[in-house]
Amino acid sequence: MTEDARAFVQLQDVTLAYGRGERRVAALGKTDLSIAKGDFVALVGPSGCGKSTILKLVTGLIPASSGWVFVAGREVGAEPVRVGMAFQNPTLLPWLSIRDNVMLPLKIVPPFRQEFRAKRRGEFRDRADALLAQVGLSGFGDKFPWQLSGGMLQRASLCRALIHDPQLLMLDEPFGALDQFTREELWGILQELWMDRRPTVLLVTHDLKEASFLATRVCVMRARPGRIVEDSFVDFPRPRTIEMTYEPGFVALTQRLRERIVSARGDAAAADLQEIPA
Amino acid sequence: MTPGWRRHLQSAAVIVGFFVLWELACIVFHIKEIVLPRPTQILFTLWERAPAIWPHTLQTLYTTLVGFALGIVSGVLIGALIGSSRLAYDVGYPLLIGFSSIPKVAVVPIFVLWFGAGTVPAVLTAMIMSLFPIVVNVATGLATTEPELEDVMKALRASKFDILMNVGLPRAMPYFFASLKVSVTLAFVGTVIAETVASNLGIGNLMMIASSSFDVPLVFAGLLVLALLGVGLYAIFSLIEGRVIGWAKRKDEFALG
Ligand SMILES: Nc1ncnc2c1ncn2[C@@H]1O[C@H](COP(=O)(O)OP(=O)(O)O)[C@@H](O)[C@H]1O
Ligand SMILES: [Mg+2]
Repeated sequence: MTEDARAFVQLQDVTLAYGRGERRVAALGKTDLSIAKGDFVALVGPSGCGKSTILKLVTGLIPASSGWVFVAGREVGAEPVRVGMAFQNPTLLPWLSIRDNVMLPLKIVPPFRQEFRAKRRGEFRDRADALLAQVGLSGFGDKFPWQLSGGMLQRASLCRALIHDPQLLMLDEPFGALDQFTREELWGILQELWMDRRPTVLLVTHDLKEASFLATRVCVMRARPGRIVEDSFVDFPRPRTIEMTYEPGFVALTQRLRERIVSARGDAAAADLQEIPA
Repeated sequence: MTPGWRRHLQSAAVIVGFFVLWELACIVFHIKEIVLPRPTQILFTLWERAPAIWPHTLQTLYTTLVGFALGIVSGVLIGALIGSSRLAYDVGYPLLIGFSSIPKVAVVPIFVLWFGAGTVPAVLTAMIMSLFPIVVNVATGLATTEPELEDVMKALRASKFDILMNVGLPRAMPYFFASLKVSVTLAFVGTVIAETVASNLGIGNLMMIASSSFDVPLVFAGLLVLALLGVGLYAIFSLIEGRVIGWAKRKDEFALG
């Protein structure tokens, strides 16, 4: 075990299989990944290549079948790391107002939890409203989820993931269900939030432009078994703008990522063919 | 006139029409009062014998509400247990289904044996009648939490209890209220069964005595009282439901209700 001292998140020889016996699915082959504190890493790849699985491993929602997962220098789960999560489906609670939805983590995570009763109508409320304003939802705190559009719900879901100042932010295709314009707007908002607070972010996405726009590092994965086949740094200056995504350097990057995914897919298909007994 | 009002008027007209038809049929076919009394006769009996019927009504209402309240408390507790623990589910569900398949009339004598005739067996019968729908609905509501939401909560290191209080139970509320409406009418059935078998007070007992003396209008008056009480409580719980869980009516996924 060699441990990278600067890494906030580190996967070492991690594999993961779902199920047992006959129904065993090898979701993740031997994987190494280390992410520095405050980094923004995007995971891209075809569906079923194990992107969500990596997120769940890092969050400690599932244990690795073999290997080690370290977060904040200790085995995952040992250290109480604050984690925020958001998914493609906003999963807001329909019986709570948008503000109360956003404040939910404060009700659960220490040290906020102890003060929740005392501060829910004061400091915490202002904190939620400030965050809502930052994502363009000022004045919507008292509305209920069914009164908002998909894009607005996703903004609120981002707020819920960030309200407790997480050290780790896990985003699983958060903009997957949105239209192109809303999506690009939210890229800008997410970038701003990240630059403000600098959580360590792991973003899963299908959209290569999204990955290149937001991330400082893009990891390309292939399927069966899931594996990281390429790890590239993205060093465009920040704050990045949508206009930059049309510049030659940016276009070249997304094209290279795309080719890498396609060729990895070919490899996987070839590997499948070899597995079929003659 | 709004469409809502028109619908209400139409349904009221149909209901009134049903009773008018009943009245006319009795007159036209010369149906004897001892076979099927006319609605006006029933109303008249109810009016005339009100002083005698009233204490029975109160007793039945009281018994039912106490039994129902006990049913709610134990139903929610059992439902929460079954809905949040795998083991409790595997053990509890078969037991519950077995138990609910037993005709409740058969249980009353046992209660009488244990507690003597009177109010207690009736309360208990009302309780076990109303229990099952509440348990099933609360358990179902708890079990339908979205896996992603559960992940969000677990990532926040929420305890099982946190998840239950913040997500599970509120989420089960629409199912819970839907079950209350059904359960309260079942609680009446339970009370009346027990009163018929082993009590000297209550509408069940009243109808029992009336039928053994062939006082058929009084039997029907008793039925009418039960029906009115049932409809009244159903309406009250519908109203509370609308107030408490208005949010659920906005979403189609709760159309099960
Ligand atoms: N709970 C599970 N049980 C069994 N197999 C699963 C489970 N979750 C994911 N898998 C399988 O593991 C593989 C990787 O899944 P996932 O990490 O969700 O992929 P991605 O997020 O990249 O689309 C897929 O083949 C998927 O079918
Ligand atoms: Mg996925």
